[in-house]
Amino acid sequence: MTTTAPPSSSPPIPLQAGQVLDGFRLEERLHQGGMANLWRVCRVDGGNEDCSELLMKVPRIKGGEDPATIVGFEVEQMLMPQLSGPHVPRFVARGDWTKQAYIVMERIPGETLRPRLDDAPLPPEEVADIGARVATALAALHRQHVVHLDIKPSNIMFRADGTAVLVDFGLSRHEQLPDLLEEEFTLPMGTGPYMSPEQVQFVRNDPRSDLFALGVMLYHLATGERPFGQPDSVRGLRRRLYVEPVPPRAIRPELPKWLQEVILHCLEVKPEKRYQSAAQLALDLREPGGVALTARAEKLQTSGAMRRIKRWFFALGAEPTPVPPGGEQLARSPIVMAAVDVDNATPELLAQLRETVRRIVQTETGARLACVSVMRVNRIGIDELTDQHGQSLHVKQLIALKHWARPISKALNLDDGRLTFHVLEAPDAAGAIIDFAHRNGVDHIVMGARGASALRRYLGSVSGQVVAESDCTVTVVRQPAG
Amino acid sequence: MRWALITDIHANRQAFEAVLADARGQGATRYALLGDFVGYGADPAWVVDRVMAMAADGAIAIQGNHDEAIAHGGSPGMHPDARAVIDWTRAQLDEDELRFLSRLPLQAHAEPGNCLFVHANAYDPAHWEYVQGRAEAVKSLHASDARIQACGHMHEPMLFHMSGTGKAGDFRPLAGVPMPLPAHRRWLIIPGSCGQPRDGNPAACYALLDPGAAECDDARVTFQRVAYDVDAACAALRASELPHMISERLARRLTLGE
Repeated sequence: MTTTAPPSSSPPIPLQAGQVLDGFRLEERLHQGGMANLWRVCRVDGGNEDCSELLMKVPRIKGGEDPATIVGFEVEQMLMPQLSGPHVPRFVARGDWTKQAYIVMERIPGETLRPRLDDAPLPPEEVADIGARVATALAALHRQHVVHLDIKPSNIMFRADGTAVLVDFGLSRHEQLPDLLEEEFTLPMGTGPYMSPEQVQFVRNDPRSDLFALGVMLYHLATGERPFGQPDSVRGLRRRLYVEPVPPRAIRPELPKWLQEVILHCLEVKPEKRYQSAAQLALDLREPGGVALTARAEKLQTSGAMRRIKRWFFALGAEPTPVPPGGEQLARSPIVMAAVDVDNATPELLAQLRETVRRIVQTETGARLACVSVMRVNRIGIDELTDQHGQSLHVKQLIALKHWARPISKALNLDDGRLTFHVLEAPDAAGAIIDFAHRNGVDHIVMGARGASALRRYLGSVSGQVVAESDCTVTVVRQPAG
Repeated sequence: MRWALITDIHANRQAFEAVLADARGQGATRYALLGDFVGYGADPAWVVDRVMAMAADGAIAIQGNHDEAIAHGGSPGMHPDARAVIDWTRAQLDEDELRFLSRLPLQAHAEPGNCLFVHANAYDPAHWEYVQGRAEAVKSLHASDARIQACGHMHEPMLFHMSGTGKAGDFRPLAGVPMPLPAHRRWLIIPGSCGQPRDGNPAACYALLDPGAAECDDARVTFQRVAYDVDAACAALRASELPHMISERLARRLTLGE
């Protein structure tokens, strides 16, 4: 048979600095890994030298059969040209297997997140900040139909402006392309400490697996310890199906409850109990004040022996429930933002807005509802932040917002952090709403129109500006006429 | 260069016309028609004439089991409806059209040997065994040196791939998504039926193939689904002289896509 498969017979010629490969000159070997070597390269096409930051990744074929390396590299060669945006290295070129396989990509300067693990425990604010950046990068990757499946500090880098960049797509799965890895291995694929329970059970298409891995990373950064140790057998890996991690605050009591809530929410065994999208996780990490605390936040010890035996029993031979295609799961887990003018809107409009929001959130079981109100503050000068009775205006708005949302929360049973409240302080309501939606990856803004009031004639339409300038879907609710 | 791979048209003029219009719009310049031009549908003469004109113009046309049966009569294993339609179809075609169908090749190569087009499978094309799963796909991929094979016969779109170590995978493609076909693997494309889709979606199937210029430039395949006037195709069936029971059943299958 004359396939053009990766030739295992041809002896690998060691690459050397100074060598030119398809128009790229190898400058310096930056890293020698188990699977691949990384070279800094210059493009020397047709006399024009371009020594901007380029990296060449070359698989280490150790002769003979090495499907892990070969197929993983094939996957990366297939996926990288499909990806775009600031959260992945820009793809430049790739080399054919019959000569020399490689990938040339943008070089992200600096270290990976790996060395920061040695500094753990880190301050909670920094853990949340890192987590929010990585979750934002994951949201961008998941939107491109890719599940990374090997999220860990050594696969995360940062641009100079702090943008997180995900690297190494050798275990990744593109929902719309054939999975070359699926047939290749009989062992779970991933990195032991970070692998999600469903990955241990060979599921490779659930974006929520990446949120579990990120949860492991946040746990480690916050406590200095690994939640599931470093298992080296499949049996060891399966323990995470029934053994809960020690709550982070049992290790470091000074950790805030919201951070434990967020981390344990990521580490739920069942994907449907975790955050339903990376954007929903990023929202909580950026707005810790809005995190809805549940029993997770209070836990100071793992569940008792009986509970563990029960979980172990149910984990025996447990099959993961089939997941809908990643894109579908993501589409069913939008962040809906209700922008509520609790102070000025008429009761009729508030009721109509509530009914519309309820209808939208009801259709998607994974939807997350963020209720937002804007507390206007002056651009210049000192604001009155308490009323004449000394009550904080901020707290007052929050109470009003929660009161507005209560019927929705009751009707839809929005527990487990699916409903959050945020009072923004800003001089310009439209700007604050647009900015909040953009920063937190909101999918859908629902808000009321001010109607034909005198206020609107003076101030212009807030909803009009939001519709025109925001980068997501906007529904404007009007008070029924008559 | 961009190929349109169209198969199992089954005398469905409306579906074929819609697919050809879509392919033109997508920039296809070459056509591989993978057989079963007749059977089931109401317009065998129109479809065969169109295929003859395209073949004269350089399109590749392959013989399918229904096309063969027109020349030799239905085979015993055939679905009774298919047999009844074959007898009716024979009466609709003139001598030139029948001769054209009976002389079609069972397979053809293109793109300097890189692509093989066949109706049923590459290992025994004359016996019409279905590529039902990975086992048959591997057999077919092993039977030729071509890097990319395309076949019809199976009415549901599917993409099989095989690594250098002979391990095969399958993938149910999404319509409209271009997929790279890396050169170090072998690929078997089943575009799905143009004239009689059976995956519950009545829209016509076909695939676009960009063979790729060089070794490092992957070939690409895009599976397409094209909505067409199903009601007109059903009306044509009902207006034909096919037995009422059969035309009703065939129309129902077109409407439901099964």
